[in-house]
Amino acid sequence: MKDQQTVLYDAPGPRARRVTLIVSVIVVLAVVAGAYFLVYRPLDEQGQFSMDLWGPLIDPDNEVFSQVWARLRDGFVATLTAAALAIVSSLIFGTALAVLRIQLKALNKRKFSGLAAPAAIALRTLSWFLSIVSRFFVEIFRGLPVVITIFFVASALPELGVDLGDILWYLVIGLTLYNMVVIGEILRSGMEGLPGGQREAAEAMGLSSFQTTRMILLPQAFRIMLPALISQLVVVLKDTSLGFIISYEEVLRVSGQIIQALPEPNPIQVYAVVGAIYILVNYALSKLAEYVQRRLARGRKTAALPAEQPPAALAAEIEPAAKV
Amino acid sequence: MSVLVDHFDVFASGLWLTFQLCLLSAIGALILGTVAAVMRISPIPPLRWVGTAYVTVFRNCPLTIVWFFAAFGLPALGSNADFLRIPGLTSVFSRLGVDIPYFRFAIVALSVYTGAFVCEAIRSGINAVPTGQAEAARAIGLTFTQNLRHVVLPQAWKAAIVPLGSVIIAMIKNSALAGFFGLVGELSNSGVNLTSALGEPIIPVFIGVSIGFLIMTVPLGLLLDHLERRRAVAR
Repeated sequence: MKDQQTVLYDAPGPRARRVTLIVSVIVVLAVVAGAYFLVYRPLDEQGQFSMDLWGPLIDPDNEVFSQVWARLRDGFVATLTAAALAIVSSLIFGTALAVLRIQLKALNKRKFSGLAAPAAIALRTLSWFLSIVSRFFVEIFRGLPVVITIFFVASALPELGVDLGDILWYLVIGLTLYNMVVIGEILRSGMEGLPGGQREAAEAMGLSSFQTTRMILLPQAFRIMLPALISQLVVVLKDTSLGFIISYEEVLRVSGQIIQALPEPNPIQVYAVVGAIYILVNYALSKLAEYVQRRLARGRKTAALPAEQPPAALAAEIEPAAKV
Repeated sequence: MSVLVDHFDVFASGLWLTFQLCLLSAIGALILGTVAAVMRISPIPPLRWVGTAYVTVFRNCPLTIVWFFAAFGLPALGSNADFLRIPGLTSVFSRLGVDIPYFRFAIVALSVYTGAFVCEAIRSGINAVPTGQAEAARAIGLTFTQNLRHVVLPQAWKAAIVPLGSVIIAMIKNSALAGFFGLVGELSNSGVNLTSALGEPIIPVFIGVSIGFLIMTVPLGLLLDHLERRRAVAR
């Protein structure tokens, strides 16, 4: 990002620096004035900044402060539980789906020439049929809104006589159906993006097709796709908030209950606090994804040129300069 | 399955309203995202900060919370999103002009939220342009804006089109949330109504709603796959 930015304009001279400074001041003034007149003033006129509304959230001396935060904590625990279950099951099923699709693709190429003609035709039709079905499954659940999936899982499963007891499981199933497909596609494209030599070498060693996928392709795909997988974690965490639609008691639902229970309803304040916590957690996660990506990129470089790599402390200083 | 035939008009009008919502929000998101992207690469630090803050906040906040703010926060600011009652547009998209503001709130929530992702898609496109291009443009004396307009953005656009497409697909899917935030007559809202108010069986309604969304998302996804493959060959 940095390198592209610096090539777009010259190092500023005195005039450009002056212009930049003037425009900066104007921008800051405009932002402050906008925030004051468009946001602060209207909110203040309605008394949205009064301590009656904010107190339960930020004032430890307030009589309901500890109750409010205990409820919010329960809500966040529920959110994290659902998100953790959903990401684990999506990982498991997504990996299975990716392996299945890769295997089916390999199977489709086989002619089964060792078998009798009818059996060979039956096997080929079966593998063709299965790959069509898996493709359909992927396209449908990738193209459906998660809200719809969750809502209809929660209302259709009981109708079909499947009663899971806890609403949590409907939410987890809904989230899993969507995310397993996404993760499956991430892993599949990771495996297909590997150099063809990997598979060929594995086959030359006598590994079966499934062994090749399991021992050679999948571990590498996981490694390459780790940043994308972490970003998917952010998506799952955000989507967990949709649980409020099927009245799962995650943090947004809990916030709604808090707002109604308080003597003075304060939706804006509560949602602002909850939103801020969400932003912090997800921001940390996306930073982690970036960090992992950088680490992986560095790892590949060292593997290629072990001798020329300067010590890590130096590399950090050299790299930006070298790129300009 | 008879519900699909009996209530075909409900599904059709739901699809039409969802389509309008998606079209208007996509335009809004593209405008917001482009502005944010230009701000994030501009030479003026405060502009960069504003752009970065916008993207960080809306990329990490669940859409549900953004929607709550559009539906509760905007009225608290004394606005019914009337700035969206653009004279020419209201005659084409009649829901823009009605007094019940939920259609406009939906557009605000979706475009503000999606704009952050659009900004990132455009920035990834800009980063895909080889640095030599911008350097050469600078060497022949183009200024920052000329550089962007004539050299970098036209090429970035090509690299950004596939990520932009996935952002728009995600937005179409997110629009289903509108039905749960008071937008009457939208596809998911009609589906929920058919099952809860009219007691129609759930699974056929689910299939109907699904078809409605898949009509919009699957062709777009296939088109993107095609574009991506063609680009991969051209490289």
